[in-house]
Amino acid sequence: MGRGLSIPWVQRMSDTTHTGATHGLTLGRRLPNIWDLAAILTVFGLIVGAAHVVPGAFVKLNGTATAEIQLDPSYLPYYAARTTLRMFAALAASLFFTFTYATLAAKSRRAELVMIPILDVLQSVPILGFLTFTTVFFMSLFPGSIAGLELAAIFAIFTSQAWNMAFSLYQSLKTMPTDLDEAARSFRLTSWQKFWRLEVPFAMPGLIWNMMLSMSGGWFFVVASEAITVGDNTWKLPGIGSYVATALDKRDMGGIFWAILAMAVVILLYDQLLFRPLTAWSSKFRVELTAGVEGEDPWVLKVMRRTRLMRAVGDGVGGAFSYVTGLRLGRAPRLGRAWAGRGGSRLGDVVFMVIVAAVAAYAIWQIVAYVTETLGWSDLGQAALLGVYTMIRVLLLMALATVFWVPISVWVGLRPAWARRVQPAAQFMAAFPANLFFPIFVIAIVTYKLNPDIWLTPLIVLGTQWYIVFNVIAGAAAFPTDLREVAANFRVGGWMWWRKVMLPGIFPYFVTGAITASGGSWNASIVAEVASWGNDKVEAHGLGAYIADATANGDMAKVVLGVAVMSAFVLVFNRAIWRPMYAYAVRRTTLG
Amino acid sequence: MDTASVHQTLLQVDNCRQAYHKDNNTDLLVLDNVQLTLRESEIVALLGRSGSGKSTLMRIVAGLLRPTAGDVRYRGKPVTGPFDGVAMVFQSFALLPWLTVSENVELGLEAQGVPKAEREKRAEEAIDLIGLGGFETAYPKELSGGMRQRVGLARALVVHPDLLLMDEPFSALDVLTAETLRTDLIDLWTEGKLPIKAILMVTHNIEEAVLMADRILVFQSNPGRVAHELRVPFAHPRNRLDPAFRKLVDEIYAVMTRRQPGTERVTAPTPAAAFATPLASVGTNLMSGLLETLAAPPYEGKADLPALAESLQLEVDELLPLGEMLQLLRFAELEEGDIKLTPLGGEFAHSDLDHRKKLFATTLRASVPLIASIRRVLDERPNHRASAVRFRDELEDSMSPEYAEATLRTAVAWGRYAELFVYDEEADQFELEEPEEAEAAD
Repeated sequence: MGRGLSIPWVQRMSDTTHTGATHGLTLGRRLPNIWDLAAILTVFGLIVGAAHVVPGAFVKLNGTATAEIQLDPSYLPYYAARTTLRMFAALAASLFFTFTYATLAAKSRRAELVMIPILDVLQSVPILGFLTFTTVFFMSLFPGSIAGLELAAIFAIFTSQAWNMAFSLYQSLKTMPTDLDEAARSFRLTSWQKFWRLEVPFAMPGLIWNMMLSMSGGWFFVVASEAITVGDNTWKLPGIGSYVATALDKRDMGGIFWAILAMAVVILLYDQLLFRPLTAWSSKFRVELTAGVEGEDPWVLKVMRRTRLMRAVGDGVGGAFSYVTGLRLGRAPRLGRAWAGRGGSRLGDVVFMVIVAAVAAYAIWQIVAYVTETLGWSDLGQAALLGVYTMIRVLLLMALATVFWVPISVWVGLRPAWARRVQPAAQFMAAFPANLFFPIFVIAIVTYKLNPDIWLTPLIVLGTQWYIVFNVIAGAAAFPTDLREVAANFRVGGWMWWRKVMLPGIFPYFVTGAITASGGSWNASIVAEVASWGNDKVEAHGLGAYIADATANGDMAKVVLGVAVMSAFVLVFNRAIWRPMYAYAVRRTTLG
Repeated sequence: MDTASVHQTLLQVDNCRQAYHKDNNTDLLVLDNVQLTLRESEIVALLGRSGSGKSTLMRIVAGLLRPTAGDVRYRGKPVTGPFDGVAMVFQSFALLPWLTVSENVELGLEAQGVPKAEREKRAEEAIDLIGLGGFETAYPKELSGGMRQRVGLARALVVHPDLLLMDEPFSALDVLTAETLRTDLIDLWTEGKLPIKAILMVTHNIEEAVLMADRILVFQSNPGRVAHELRVPFAHPRNRLDPAFRKLVDEIYAVMTRRQPGTERVTAPTPAAAFATPLASVGTNLMSGLLETLAAPPYEGKADLPALAESLQLEVDELLPLGEMLQLLRFAELEEGDIKLTPLGGEFAHSDLDHRKKLFATTLRASVPLIASIRRVLDERPNHRASAVRFRDELEDSMSPEYAEATLRTAVAWGRYAELFVYDEEADQFELEEPEEAEAAD
């Protein structure tokens, strides 16, 4: 029992730390290596390469007709449905990406070397800065049609959802227990069968948890991606996001209220109808045989399991699924191959290295050629300086949020009745994008002539602070009872209780939340450093505002530079601060 | 005996009652009317099966839990919360993983505000006393289970408590390590090297209690109360093989297997009480195994429980529920520390699988009202299905939700083995076999 006691704690922890960010962090490397460099170059080479295509495309788009957004709330259900469909389309795309990309990365030693660093870089790139550019790119694929705009919005949401899901699957595939793998191989399951019978079920709990996080994160991008302004042109798709944008434009406070309400309803609906049943269902894929603390089955799952019609439908779908996934596609393991494959061929390695080197070299050439064409060193210096401003903002606000929320979250986490109610509320709050709070801030700043550099700053953590809240609540709730009893028995109280008992106990949870919050805050700065309410526009100094302005002016070179600098900041942040912190937390606070 | 009363009373528990409140106003009694007196220079063991409330009582003594009713006094003063005179050793060790051995040991001193220099000196003494010298800077995860529990002991001893509380301190350790720790602790105690006045320990290991304690309180479950109190008259060091030692162990087995007044319901049940007989989670394989063992030489149908426990490497905590369930199913009888095979049990042991299942089904329907009732409901229903919820609710009227769940799980396992019904976990309902037929019937 004693040794067992520490283990469930760790397991529960790993349940809540299935975020992409920490998956990246658990990979163990701290300093960038040659593969990271190749990854960075490849990502930016791709971006720059595509950016060449874009300027020409602008011209054609001028005539594109887009919907007029009505602020009448009766239109909202329709807009909400459109937005929700977009989010689920993006989720489907993310799943497809996850199953292909993460699987390839986990199965191929060579691909893994490049693909995982690429994923890490992609995760750090503030895609929000590229919104305009991806929109224009997709619209140029479908000139004169709204399909391009739809695809662009879906792509933007996809970029906010896919990376952590892919990391989650990759991590699960890499940590598959050896005995299960051996069992699958000894029964000669083909690679296809093994994937669906063993690997996907094993990865399911983590994957579903990450899908939930991704849906929350996606809202931020919905609001930004449905209404795009480049220079004088504005394109709008029918949806909650463009409804919000229109309301902001027309100073319609009622509209903002209705949009918040609609979002709340949508979030509540997909949470109740989809994610709660999915989470409960996925718990059967947990490998530990000991039953965890199980809550009541969600009502939807009950309905599906107990009504005859739903059961019949479910059985049908399940039967078809199990037929397809049971096909003997792919190759069965053969003894000879398994042994021969172990060494890997030297020639293959060399060829692979040459290809990676060639891609990297081409990327360097592309980037240098593109950036030197329009920008000089002074631009880099300016971007870096603005990056420092934004970094100060992020750090300061994270510190404030920590000081404010950690004690409250611990208090809540130690009271199960409260934690049960507050936890979903915090996850709910995390989904609300900063744009919705623009009116309050802009009006206050304009009315009282406040300094935007200071007073716009809170917008950065408005959505992201909740990640700290719900992770710390989870940490405090999982804090072992016997350790609390020790503290009480030895009458440890006051500051000593925080310092010696509680803070170290929640530290890994805090770091998990802080990583997500910090990454999100950088991304949010692009939206939060420039706020507008009708004709009033307030702007702070920072890299986010730099990117937002460059975007509005259609200055692609500056967008690329700004995003590159921001990615560099985020990457260095992750490698220099969060990764060592997380490693330390895991090393020190578990008995395993 | 008289010398004991000369010693000062350290701690006094009177009429202690602990109940957990339930929604439907039926309180669940965990402890009922418990008396406990602890005097200086004695080791007292609370012996009982899991769920008998002995750990709850220990937490009440430590001031970690407030009793529903009753009076707890430490040196005459009422206990209202954790106080300086006690320190606890946990079954799970409960070391803070982020503190080193010496930091863990210093925890209690730091909380008392002892200056750093003295803190370090006392921690060093405790660490050396308990045999941890050289491990001061290690983190708990670098230590083996035995070493971790030594840290737990040092941490408790360093605050010089009057009363040392130990909650199943050795049950998470392997046999050899546990024995080493026990003898080390008893040696230090008899040599007077421990800075404590008395020890209260919780255990479910009869031999451990007889080996260490001066006084043993045997707990009875459901609700927990002191069923029996006995003195251990042997001087330390004690010899497990001493006939007097063995005799005492046998006696305690007899006490623990004795049918307690109020649990006679097995023989003369009221319908409601019989329905709600708690079923211990004892698997059919384990039952078959024990029946076969009993039927075979050297036992030939009758075995002495302590000897059986030793040869099968089963703890009382495992053997007693097993015996009781066999008794419930009329396969065996428990009597004064012995277990005796009934003719039915003998027949079971010598049958093949099919016949065993038949015997099992018959005896289940005859002796386990819960299972009989599930089957009856299924037979009566036209669609031969019944939700498990109603049975769980009915059980919860007279036992805690955890007990109800465990009982129902056991019923499911037994019913499945006997092929009396099937259980669909996802739908949480019982069904008769051949669901296709049932489908057609309605």
